[in-house]
Amino acid sequence: MEFFSTFFIKNGLIVAFVTVAAMIAIAYGLSKIFFKNKIPGNAIAIIFGLVLAYIGGEVAGGKNGIADVAVFSGFSLMGGGMLRDFAVVATALGASFDEIKKTGLVGILSLFLGVLLSFTIGAVIAALLGYHDAVSITTIGAGACTFIVGPITGAAIGASSDVIAISIASGVIKSVLVTIGTPLIAKHIGLNNPQSAMVFGGLIGTTSGVAAGLGATDPKLVPYGAMTATFYTGLGCLLCPSIFYYLMQFFYQN
Amino acid sequence: MTIYGVGILAACFIIGQLTGELLGRLLNINANVGGVGFAMLALIISGEWLKKKKLLSAPSLEGIQFWNAMYIPIIVAMSSIQNVRAAFSTGYVAILAGIIPTVAVVFLVPYISRLSKKQ
Repeated sequence: MEFFSTFFIKNGLIVAFVTVAAMIAIAYGLSKIFFKNKIPGNAIAIIFGLVLAYIGGEVAGGKNGIADVAVFSGFSLMGGGMLRDFAVVATALGASFDEIKKTGLVGILSLFLGVLLSFTIGAVIAALLGYHDAVSITTIGAGACTFIVGPITGAAIGASSDVIAISIASGVIKSVLVTIGTPLIAKHIGLNNPQSAMVFGGLIGTTSGVAAGLGATDPKLVPYGAMTATFYTGLGCLLCPSIFYYLMQFFYQN
Repeated sequence: MTIYGVGILAACFIIGQLTGELLGRLLNINANVGGVGFAMLALIISGEWLKKKKLLSAPSLEGIQFWNAMYIPIIVAMSSIQNVRAAFSTGYVAILAGIIPTVAVVFLVPYISRLSKKQ
């Protein structure tokens, strides 16, 4: 037994790779078989991750989810700040300045409005539900943007891990909601052309949810929505830990 | 070569993160301010420039695309190391912060789309 645990700890990062690969494979299988891809595999995989973190917290009693269970300690490297930020930056390759110029100011307006409104409403909810420090309120507001903006903002301004977990959870809930809700509401909000798809992507932002939701509505709309959505996370990562956090400090102490 | 793409990505990452760190110091916020956002801007701008100059070969591009594709797995791993137990003990904040802003924003789509058609 000790032989195995020593082996797994020694090769921690690789153990994390194979575990995550298995989680994603199962998630995609479940998505296909039980949900007919209406709930995206990505969203299910992230929920698996959160469940695993909960189990880790129960088993080990620490603050770092499954990474506190020794054989899974490699998760802290794979899911840690450095690789996370690195992979997020890599997603920017799919975005192009020239393309967003074609939607003109309206695309940019929808991006700013989407980030600002999601953040503000999320922050108000956090404040109403008993958070009174600028760091936590900013992080939860950022989590209402996407499940990437939340933890990156939280990490940048030094939020506690439980608040970061809330920001991820709300971002995941948003992604699931957008994925399931988009095909249902598309008709009512005129979501049937590239322009409205770009506005939709800009306002909503959660790339996985937008891509999956538009895919379920009309696959032709996916690149338009996903493209503006790609800017959303970057804009959120730019605004939330800077200007928004700065403004929040006028209302709340740390 | 694949490593060139990884190198470009890493250079943009470092430029962006350094900008974020320096901006944080300038603003007197003890934090990295938008480093990831700046890094993304650096990658978009340098990527477009390199593509225009035809300096970004397919294998180089693969070096960036690999990490692009790893982002969901890394986010899954990141979710697995959060303090979820503590988050759930704080109740329904996550659910409300996930649903209410999204629903509110969705209803703006037709109004903003109409603006773009007038242009």
